[in-house]
Amino acid sequence: MSKLFQKITRSQLFLPIVALILVLVFNVIKTPTFFKITIMNGTLYGFIIDIINRASELVILAIGMTVVVASSAGTDISVGSVAAVSAAIICYSLGPSQEAYKVPYLVGIFLGLMGGMLCGVWNGFLVAKMKIQPMVATLILFTAGRGIAQLICAGQIIHVEKVEYRLLGSFLPGVPLPTPVFVAILVIVITWAILRYTALGMYIQAVGINSKAGRLVGINSSAIIFLTYIYCGLCSGISGSIISSRIAACDANNIGLNYELDAILAVALGGNSLGGGKFSLAGSVIGAITIQALTTSLYAMQVTADQLPIYKAIVVVIIVAIQSTEFKKWFSNLKRKYAIKAEAAS
Amino acid sequence: MIKFFKDRIDEKTYLLLITILMFIVMYGAGMIIYADKGFAKPQMFFNLFINNAGLIVTAVGMTMVMITGGIDISVGSVVGLTCMMLAYMMEFMKIPAGLAMAIVLVYGILFGCVQGFLVAYLKIQPFIVTLAGMFFCRGLTAVINSEMINISNAVFLKIAQFKIYFPFLATLNKKGKLITPFIYPSVIIAFVVLILIYIMLKYTKFGRAIYAVGGNEQSALLMGLNVRATKMKTYIFNGFLATLGGILFCLNTCAGFVEQARGFEMEAIASSVIGGTLLSGGVGNVIGSLFGVLIKGTIESFITTQGTLSSWWTRIVISLLLAFFIVLQSIFASIKAKNK
Repeated sequence: MSKLFQKITRSQLFLPIVALILVLVFNVIKTPTFFKITIMNGTLYGFIIDIINRASELVILAIGMTVVVASSAGTDISVGSVAAVSAAIICYSLGPSQEAYKVPYLVGIFLGLMGGMLCGVWNGFLVAKMKIQPMVATLILFTAGRGIAQLICAGQIIHVEKVEYRLLGSFLPGVPLPTPVFVAILVIVITWAILRYTALGMYIQAVGINSKAGRLVGINSSAIIFLTYIYCGLCSGISGSIISSRIAACDANNIGLNYELDAILAVALGGNSLGGGKFSLAGSVIGAITIQALTTSLYAMQVTADQLPIYKAIVVVIIVAIQSTEFKKWFSNLKRKYAIKAEAAS
Repeated sequence: MIKFFKDRIDEKTYLLLITILMFIVMYGAGMIIYADKGFAKPQMFFNLFINNAGLIVTAVGMTMVMITGGIDISVGSVVGLTCMMLAYMMEFMKIPAGLAMAIVLVYGILFGCVQGFLVAYLKIQPFIVTLAGMFFCRGLTAVINSEMINISNAVFLKIAQFKIYFPFLATLNKKGKLITPFIYPSVIIAFVVLILIYIMLKYTKFGRAIYAVGGNEQSALLMGLNVRATKMKTYIFNGFLATLGGILFCLNTCAGFVEQARGFEMEAIASSVIGGTLLSGGVGNVIGSLFGVLIKGTIESFITTQGTLSSWWTRIVISLLLAFFIVLQSIFASIKAKNK
């Protein structure tokens, strides 16, 4: 019995699932109708649907962040800005016309995603080839990214007036679930399949645990790290396109704002070590949904958007502090002391 | 030729030299290109210091942290929070200016303590800690007040607008009126801090310990230095300097609002890196950081004098410069590794 209990608590998914349940229980107590799902105009409505819907772009970002953290032991803090760049490229290339896009829809999206990947290439080049600390390297795009997005939009908010543009961020006709959910599931499945059925997942872990050792056993460490950053750029691009489709515009100042912290938080909450190495995609996905649930419930408690970071920052620090080896050492020392005391008493 | 340089100049002086040279070339070019727009006037030069007094102090703190091998990306929001706290305390709570500043400085020290504890004693990556710190302070600013507050405290404004003239540098303007260049007290404070920290880093035990810890933590530990305490103290210093920088920044803007000083951390980090501080720690100089700040100020002056460029260009150019210097550093590091 105790062994089973230990097995459960030792599992990497234990903490994220408990956190998610905590947030959900809290919400149910506050709003009893929390789990109610109604059907309106052939689409599903409800708190849960809303959370899953809003969490989609975060899930996608968290997946990109997970592979980056796993391979390079550093985080990509430019994801929010890169999302803004992608959104700007898409809106700029599609144009504000009501009747027709300037370029075909898929070309516009493709250009946006290419922009995201290009940002990833830049980050990857700095981290993998120039051997710069990941967070400093991505700091460059973190600040410059929004400037670039502003320049693409010429300092204005470009609205894409064509109605079809909103489909990606809302509902496809006749489908009861919001589109972003499908996109997120698609990204999860593809990433999972790539990592599961090729050796890439193993390589990423090997490089993350010890990149020198990885190189010695014949893995091209810097190429792997490079690849993960490009993938993270692509993920940022995808989530940027979803966010921009939700508002049918590119708001360079606000798209993906503060998402970098959410994405890091999702990865950390998912039980992934920020020190690189072993990772779990499922953990990050659950982490991302937990954070979105937390955000939604904080909004419900009249916390404004610009006050939100304060709570998230505290949660991040607590999680990371609990994860830290020093804390674990201190905790196990304390436990041992108690055990000795108990023995002495008996 | 290359060997000549390699033998005589090590990488630290090399990076610093490039920076100083770059500043002189940039400012010189500005003086020639925009001579008619007053770029060559002494006041224009003093404006560099007036506009960036806060940044100088913040960059000095950042340099200290970066020498230990850490980084602090929370300074921008600490500066923003400082302005908001000052404005709120003086306007809504009617606290006298001196006391308000003291409270803010105490907050900076406490904030530095928390960050320092998390970094030094729990060994969490500085980036994660200060990223959380950044969002914490930005959120706190919004909690205090989400509107813009203009400061109208008489004492505060008096300090902010007290002009110190330099009559011997006076020039005549186009209409024949005598213009005497001036600076504000904030510039003097910034320079005092700069010199004090320079002396501290160079000649005190604590200063040398910072370099030792940044150079090689293991060796510093084996030498008998208290690595954790040194790191913690550095972060406390940095918290103090960030809020002091915030006060100087506030003296310049005389207002507090949520979006204030966004991206300030980037400017501070860029100034340090451009000034020759190595990201890997152990190498750095506050004088270099001063020149880093001046380069940033010059770029800003270029963009405002030019007139048609969007202010976003400042950030993009700074980012590019940062990228350039980071790449330069990594090239130097690889040369060094090869020579070994």
